[in-house]
Amino acid sequence: MRDLRIIIPLLAAVLLAAGLPVLYGLRPGQESSPPKLELPAGEKACVMPADYMRQSHMTLLRQWRESVVRTGDRTPVSAGGKTYEKSLSGTCFKCHAKKSAFCDRCHASLGAAPACWDCHHYTEEVAHGAE
Amino acid sequence: MELNRRDLLRRAFRTGLALFGSAAAFDVVRGDLLAAGVPKAAAPRRAMAVDIARCIAAGDCRECITACHKGHNVPSIADTKREIKWIWKETFERAFPDEAHEFTRQDLKGKEVMTLCNHCENPPCVRVCPTGATWKREDGIVMMDMHRCIGCRYCMAACPYGSRSFNWSDPARVLPVKAANPGYPRRTKGVVEKCSFCDELADTGKLPLCVTACKTGALIFGDLNDAGSDVRKALAGRYALRRKPSLGTGPSVFYLV
Repeated sequence: MRDLRIIIPLLAAVLLAAGLPVLYGLRPGQESSPPKLELPAGEKACVMPADYMRQSHMTLLRQWRESVVRTGDRTPVSAGGKTYEKSLSGTCFKCHAKKSAFCDRCHASLGAAPACWDCHHYTEEVAHGAE
Repeated sequence: MELNRRDLLRRAFRTGLALFGSAAAFDVVRGDLLAAGVPKAAAPRRAMAVDIARCIAAGDCRECITACHKGHNVPSIADTKREIKWIWKETFERAFPDEAHEFTRQDLKGKEVMTLCNHCENPPCVRVCPTGATWKREDGIVMMDMHRCIGCRYCMAACPYGSRSFNWSDPARVLPVKAANPGYPRRTKGVVEKCSFCDELADTGKLPLCVTACKTGALIFGDLNDAGSDVRKALAGRYALRRKPSLGTGPSVFYLV
């Protein structure tokens, strides 16, 4: 039983260390907030409702990709009275022209690193001359 | 009733046969029904004819290569072991090793002809691809899906025409985005690429970039299933070679001599 004198403080220290990230987040004034996105000016609607796009844009992009690349089906999608080409560079990037002000903000805050831009280059880079 | 070992096995075998047999029969019937219900439109069979004489007469012309490589963001790398090529020039002897001999006609001997992916009828690259990243479309185009390519290079080993290139380094280093065509994706390090017969244009009824760029009319593109197409007309009037036909790949690129 005399080992308890060592075990209990050590256990407390371990628990504290493990709980630190949680405690750190609970500090007052540290409420997490969703990243602020710069929406394209002049455009009111996306291909799908914002809620769907927020959660499942990757599903939509995968469906477009499978349809265009695998089956050669390039039928444009229509939404809200407009038709859109099934293309990441040709449709999405036209409106969301600033990757750093839109895509990157959520991806960075969530620690997601999609590889899309390795190949689907970004017009912003052209404008800013970055490479 | 006591179930002995023999009866158990017997029953299990019969149940299995009934289950799998009916499932297989259902598949066959359903397949037939599906096939019967949808009248299938005859898919085109895309092919190209290269007029060797006209191409050779144009000398050092590289218009088709420039147009293709610019349009598809193919970087130019001088090192032949690392170069990326979709359409390129090859000497007659190298393109047609079975046809060349000591007394090859002077107008062909040592002359360069256009070579590109042959979009084979029976593509060996497709057979060896472990991920389905390359496959043959209904219209005969041998496609690449860069998203699925794992860079194993089996297809490069399988292709007897050297039509496939591997990205040994990030092409972005050679082809900065400023110089790239924003309408077409680049590739990433570790994927294999090749000519796509401009599938994106073929789907919208347009001619490939190389054919549009060719000033001498040496490149002819069309549908082999359409007897009135330019390709069929060219093939009807002229003798045509195919590269290494003895391998049984069935190239869709014809060379008019």
